Amino acid sequence: MAQYAILLYAKAPADADDLTPEQREAHDRHGQDVEKLGGTMLTAFALQPSTTATSIRGDAITDGPFIDAKEVVAGVYVIEAPDLDAALEIARRNPITQQGGGVEVRPVAGGFFGG
Amino acid sequence: MTEVEAAVADAHRHGWALVLAATARVAADLDLAEECVQEAYAAALVSWRRDGIPDNPPAWLTTTARRRAMDAVRRERTFRAKLPLLVEPEKTADEPVEEQAEDAEDAVRDERLRLIFMCCHPALAQEAQVALTLRLVCGVPTGDIARAFLVSEPTMAARLTRAKKKISAARIPYRVPQAAALPDRLRAVLGVIHLLFTTGYTGPSGGELMRADLMDQALHLARMLRELMPDEREVWGLLALLLVTDARRATRVDDRGRLLRLEEQDRSRWDRAAMAEAHDLIVDGLRGGRPGRYVLQAAIASLYAEAPSYEETDWAQIVTLYDELLTVWPSPVVALNRTVPLSHAAGPERALAEVEELEKDDRLAGYRYLPAIKADLLRRLGRVEEASAAYRQALELTGNEAEREFLAGRLADLPAPR
Repeated sequence: MAQYAILLYAKAPADADDLTPEQREAHDRHGQDVEKLGGTMLTAFALQPSTTATSIRGDAITDGPFIDAKEVVAGVYVIEAPDLDAALEIARRNPITQQGGGVEVRPVAGGFFGG
Repeated sequence: MTEVEAAVADAHRHGWALVLAATARVAADLDLAEECVQEAYAAALVSWRRDGIPDNPPAWLTTTARRRAMDAVRRERTFRAKLPLLVEPEKTADEPVEEQAEDAEDAVRDERLRLIFMCCHPALAQEAQVALTLRLVCGVPTGDIARAFLVSEPTMAARLTRAKKKISAARIPYRVPQAAALPDRLRAVLGVIHLLFTTGYTGPSGGELMRADLMDQALHLARMLRELMPDEREVWGLLALLLVTDARRATRVDDRGRLLRLEEQDRSRWDRAAMAEAHDLIVDGLRGGRPGRYVLQAAIASLYAEAPSYEETDWAQIVTLYDELLTVWPSPVVALNRTVPLSHAAGPERALAEVEELEKDDRLAGYRYLPAIKADLLRRLGRVEEASAAYRQALELTGNEAEREFLAGRLADLPAPR
C-alpha cells in the first residue's frame, strides 16, 4: 500500500458555496468510491475560496494564492491505495473532474497527522 | 563477426525484452535489472565461445541475468535504496527459468507485455514512454536513443532516470492492465510504436530522410505485440500500416537522397511480400464490427500501394475510407490528408476549398504539410503566384533536408507567371 495526495483544482476562486446541492452531494458520496475501489481515505479537507488565501514568498506577504492562475487548489485528500492505477481509478471518479475542474495525484513521501 | 558474436547480437535483437522482463521481476529494480542483463550478454560472449552456443540462448541469458540479480538483491538487501519496482507478488521468481511450470510459455508472454505496458503507462509523458520502450523493451543504448531523437546523451539519460524514478515513487505497476482499461492502455502502446516508426520515416530535421533503425525497431515491436496479443484487431492494423509504408522504403528517395513523390516511385521495387502480409491483416481487421483507426489507416495506405499506377488509384474508395477514419479519429491532420484523394476524385477546386477551411483550424497552424498540399492544388489549378507563395511558406516550416529540396524543386519548376 502507498499513500497518495489528491489535490483538487477548480476555477478560481473555488468557492464551495458556488456548488449546487447535487454537486455537493456527489462530493459527499465520493468517499464510498474510495472504499469500493480498494482504497482507504486517510484525511480530507475542503478549503475556503482562494480569495481568502495569503501567500508568503521570501519575506514578502501577498494577498491571494501562491501561483496566480485561472485554476486554484480547492481541497486535498490523502488516500491509501495499492498502486498508481488504483489511485488514478479513484481520483478520476472525483466529481470535480466532471464539474469543470480536475485533480492532481501525487505520491506521498512522508507525513504526520496531528490530533 | 564470428558465429558467437552473431548469436549474441541475434539474442540481443530478439531476446532482450524477454530477458529484461524476467530479470526485472527478480531484481524488483529496473536499474539493477538492466545492469544484470547487460552483464549476462557480456558473459555470453565469453562463455559461448568456450562452451558453445546454447540451444536456447534467451533462456541461458535469462538464467544468468536472474542469478546475478538474486545475488545482488541478497547482498544489498539491507542498504539498497528503497525505490523498488512494483512487481505483483503472485509468483516467487526464485526458481531459474528452466524449472518453471508448463505454462512457462504464457508466463514469458506476460512478462514482456507487462514490460511494454509499464513503459507506455499514460502517467508518463509520451517522450518518456518512447525512450523507455526503446531502452527497456528493445535494449537500445541510451546514446543511440539520444541520437535518434536529436538530444544530447545526458539529456536522454536524465529523461530515462526521471521516468524510472516516477515508476518507483508513484508505484506504476508492473502488470498487464485489466480488461476494462485495456483499450485505452493499448492505444498508448500503439501510439508509441507508431511514433517511433514515423520519427524514423521522416525525421523532423537532419540530413537523412529516414532513420532505418527506428523503423526496424518499430516493426519489431509491432510484430512482438501481434505475437503477444493475437486477437487485437488494432494491433493487426498497426502492423499492416507499418508493413505497407515500409514496403516503399527503397523507393522513397532516389540515388542522391532526393524525395520522390508517390507517382514517381518505381512500383516494381516495392516489397510485394510485405504488402501481401499487410493485405491479409487488413482483410481480417476490417471484419467484425467497426474497424479502428489503425486498420483504416492501413487500408488506405494499402489501396494507394496496390494500385497498378498512381493514375489508376481507387480515389473514391480512399475518400470513403477517410470519411470512416474521421468518425473514429476526428483529427484535423486526417481531414487534411483526405483532401489529397479528394482532389483526384472530385477535382482540385473542391479539395482547395476544404484546405482553405482547414487553414482556420488553430491546431494546424505551423503544420508544414498544409501549405505543401495547398501549393500543389494551386499549381494544378494554374494559380502560379499563389502556388509559389504556398511553396515558400512550406519551405519555411520544414527542417528536413530531403523535404526542403523537394519543395524547392517544385517551386523552381513552376511556370513563369503570366
